[in-house]
Amino acid sequence: MSYHEAPTIAASDAPRLDRDDRPTLRFVTCGSVDDGKSTLVGRLLYDSKTLLDDQLDALASESKIAGTTGGDLDFALLVDGLQAEREQGITIDVAYRFFATRLRRFIVADTPGHAQYTRNMATGASNAELAVVLVDARKGVITQTRRHSHILSLLGIRHVVLAVNKMDLIGFDGDRFAAITAEYLTMAGQLGISQVQCIPVVAPDGDNIVAPSVRMPWYTGPTVTAYLESVDVSGDVSQRPFRLPVQWVTRPNAEFRGFCGRIASGTIATGETIAVQPSGRQTRVARILSPDGERDHAAAGESVTLTLTDEIDVSRGDVLTAGAAPQVSDQLAAHLVWFDDEAMVAGRRYMLKCGTASTGAVITTLKHRIAIDTMAQESAATLDANQIGYAHLSLDRALVFEAYRDSRDMGSFILIDPISHRTAAAGMIDVSLRRATNIHWQRLAVDKSVRARLKQQRPCVLWFTGLSGAGKSTIADLVDRRLAELGRHAALLDGDNLRHGISRDLGFSNADRAENVRRAAEIAALFVDAGMIALVALISPYRNEREQARQRVETGEFIEIHVATPLAECERRDPKGLYRKARAGELPAFTGIDDPYERPQAPEITIDTSELSTDAACERIIGYLRDNHYL
Amino acid sequence: MTGQIVMEAPPAHDAPDEAPAHRSATSHLRRLEAESIHILRETAAEFRKPVMLYSIGKDSSVLLHLAMKAFHPGKPPFPLLHVDTTWKFREMIAFRDRRAHELGLDLIVHTNDDGLRQGIDPFTHGSARYTDVMKTQALRQALDLHGFDAAIGGARRDEEKSRAKERVFSHRSAAHRWDPKNQRPELWSLYNTMLAPGESMRVFPLSNWTELDIWDYILAENIPIVPLYLAAKRPVVERDGALIMVDDERMPLRPEEEPHLRSVRFRTLGCYPLTGATTSNAATLPEIVREMMASRTSERQGRMIDRDSPASMERKKAEGYF
Repeated sequence: MSYHEAPTIAASDAPRLDRDDRPTLRFVTCGSVDDGKSTLVGRLLYDSKTLLDDQLDALASESKIAGTTGGDLDFALLVDGLQAEREQGITIDVAYRFFATRLRRFIVADTPGHAQYTRNMATGASNAELAVVLVDARKGVITQTRRHSHILSLLGIRHVVLAVNKMDLIGFDGDRFAAITAEYLTMAGQLGISQVQCIPVVAPDGDNIVAPSVRMPWYTGPTVTAYLESVDVSGDVSQRPFRLPVQWVTRPNAEFRGFCGRIASGTIATGETIAVQPSGRQTRVARILSPDGERDHAAAGESVTLTLTDEIDVSRGDVLTAGAAPQVSDQLAAHLVWFDDEAMVAGRRYMLKCGTASTGAVITTLKHRIAIDTMAQESAATLDANQIGYAHLSLDRALVFEAYRDSRDMGSFILIDPISHRTAAAGMIDVSLRRATNIHWQRLAVDKSVRARLKQQRPCVLWFTGLSGAGKSTIADLVDRRLAELGRHAALLDGDNLRHGISRDLGFSNADRAENVRRAAEIAALFVDAGMIALVALISPYRNEREQARQRVETGEFIEIHVATPLAECERRDPKGLYRKARAGELPAFTGIDDPYERPQAPEITIDTSELSTDAACERIIGYLRDNHYL
Repeated sequence: MTGQIVMEAPPAHDAPDEAPAHRSATSHLRRLEAESIHILRETAAEFRKPVMLYSIGKDSSVLLHLAMKAFHPGKPPFPLLHVDTTWKFREMIAFRDRRAHELGLDLIVHTNDDGLRQGIDPFTHGSARYTDVMKTQALRQALDLHGFDAAIGGARRDEEKSRAKERVFSHRSAAHRWDPKNQRPELWSLYNTMLAPGESMRVFPLSNWTELDIWDYILAENIPIVPLYLAAKRPVVERDGALIMVDDERMPLRPEEEPHLRSVRFRTLGCYPLTGATTSNAATLPEIVREMMASRTSERQGRMIDRDSPASMERKKAEGYF
């Protein structure tokens, strides 16, 4: 086929010149590998005359070299823009492409089909109003179709075009098409995807893309383009209560203090009463500055700057609200799509970002995981990359939010790994688990600085980390005695001893170990609040667990002591006979043998007991505390 | 060579760029505008030391206009950075200095002095080497020198295939490298802005704009642009299939070349020896938009540097080019 064949949209229908207010539809294409997503998008670009002569020339020459279509135009090359994608003939990351017809503009996110790139599919789908799900007519609905449809449903996409592609390879069989359609509609119904349009297509040839297919006269529904041009996807967020997450406070001079942000829902007018959440303080809107000047009202989607009639405290992360109060809580339940190759661990602290607010968060319980093929809810302790689940989260501070089904902007969050900084998961808030508005910290008249002065010490955590048998407990014990001799007040939390009491319910799974470390960190923080020096001796092999323990106390209150005795020396000593058992395979996941120990990158103190006696190690720690004015 | 040009600021309530538009923006443009402003404010709020890359072209003009709006009545809380190869059109440099002065903004101009000393120029060293030294390396130098942790640029996803793949907040390693195969997921308008020491972010507020949107918006908002975008009689020679404007005496002419005055304009602006002009009589903005609608070639056709090799843009971006 030559690209000089006339495209099917006549030149007289070509987009307008002057005032142009065609609406934009943002949609996503998804489906499994080789179902033909990129080809479909390439075909839409081609048929809408979006491609220009130099791009067509480039496509023609590249199709001959890199194409998978035997020298014909390979439309997938139009969207697979990365070198690795073109080499492998696959889509790795989402591509955003633009085209327009007489009636609408389109931004299409073409997403990868491989399960390992599900995070990129979710990226493309998160801002879409509609999804085109492709299936290969020969294969029908497969696992990846189900996974993608499940994610679309979680992301709140209610409009789906099911494009059954490669109809030519099943002889344009209408019965087979009907069977695939029936199977998909059943699943979509269960997922709450209310609007599904099923269309049989041959993407490379353009059948039912722009023009009705003469090869499938039994299909009388709309073509893909006709449907995309006419579907009504509006869901009017301006009807909901007013919400403005504050992004930025601008204060160019003493007279002006403005609060900037994009209105997530509702409308606002000057003179209206608003509440600042989470504080709940009320005031009124004085002025509304919009990008096209000063106004007396504004609506959802607009980026504005408001000034208020009263001088009250408002900062980034607060939400300006009117009408029904939003949810304010530090406990919530949410659907999670896990992205990170490092599996989810209950009890580990992540950074949660919701709207313009950020806070530390812990996944307290994974309530269930979704088995993609059966859509059943199964019990599980963890989520691996690309898995979907439902979890309870506990936040460091109360957050202002809405359920995701009511507001995408106010009900969505991401979890960020505090060490690797990777985006670990996307979350869609379902419900608040309790109203945190009723819980207030008791104001304590005697605080830790008062207690610390009484004891003539600066409270801190001495966190001893290292391999089993490295000498952590021995050194910690000596430091504890030495501090007592000096008349200071300390407490020792030893890993083994904790397990006889407060952590008696825990085993040695990864999740239980993480929980044990978390409990020790919490107890140590309470001791610090009481003005004491807390000594913790725990293997604590993972960097981010130790980092979380550090974050539980204030800057300068956490002293990480790496007891860096080499593995060979620890194993030679083997005081509890554990290495012998581990080597014999009796202790699975033993740190240093078949589970990693992540060395501290910048510990305050490092001690190698193969070079330093216990007494000398103790003196070095006491010296550090003196030099840094803890004692 | 980094010069800080700090201009006298006009009074804070003086809102430049808000001259009455002779054609109001459509709701389509307003939506893009609101999204871009949201991105600019996120950048200001989340980074320690952001900077706006100012290349003087039409996209930079729109970006600057949006930044003025985003922080009005305050000023954008970041300086502008122009990487000057010393081969830009003279009209661009004049326009740059005039705009920075009018808006009262900090403008940092950086040139790769090593490259200058080595006498790197686009004629003798080829566009690939020249671009690497005078643009990519120069940009990395400037970002390192000032310790910027976020650089805002005017790239659009409709420009080129590898750009179509890039996130709005695009992570760079401490060596300024882009890893296209391992980009962070980016959902909704929630941007993961976490950085380790030395790492940085490139931020693209115009990601979802098309070339036509840019022109429509310039027209609607009456945004000043470099006059080179409008057709005028200019001295050009035809070289390797492109019309190259002889902007100064440094351009060595081949024996058969003789500059002729022709009515031309530019769809993109860069270094004059590497920027092809198009024959045109479109001397006003509405005429440009009309001409664009009927155009059958893409704007990057006039750029020599994208054609150096297949996937050349992706490679340059991976190395730190904007």
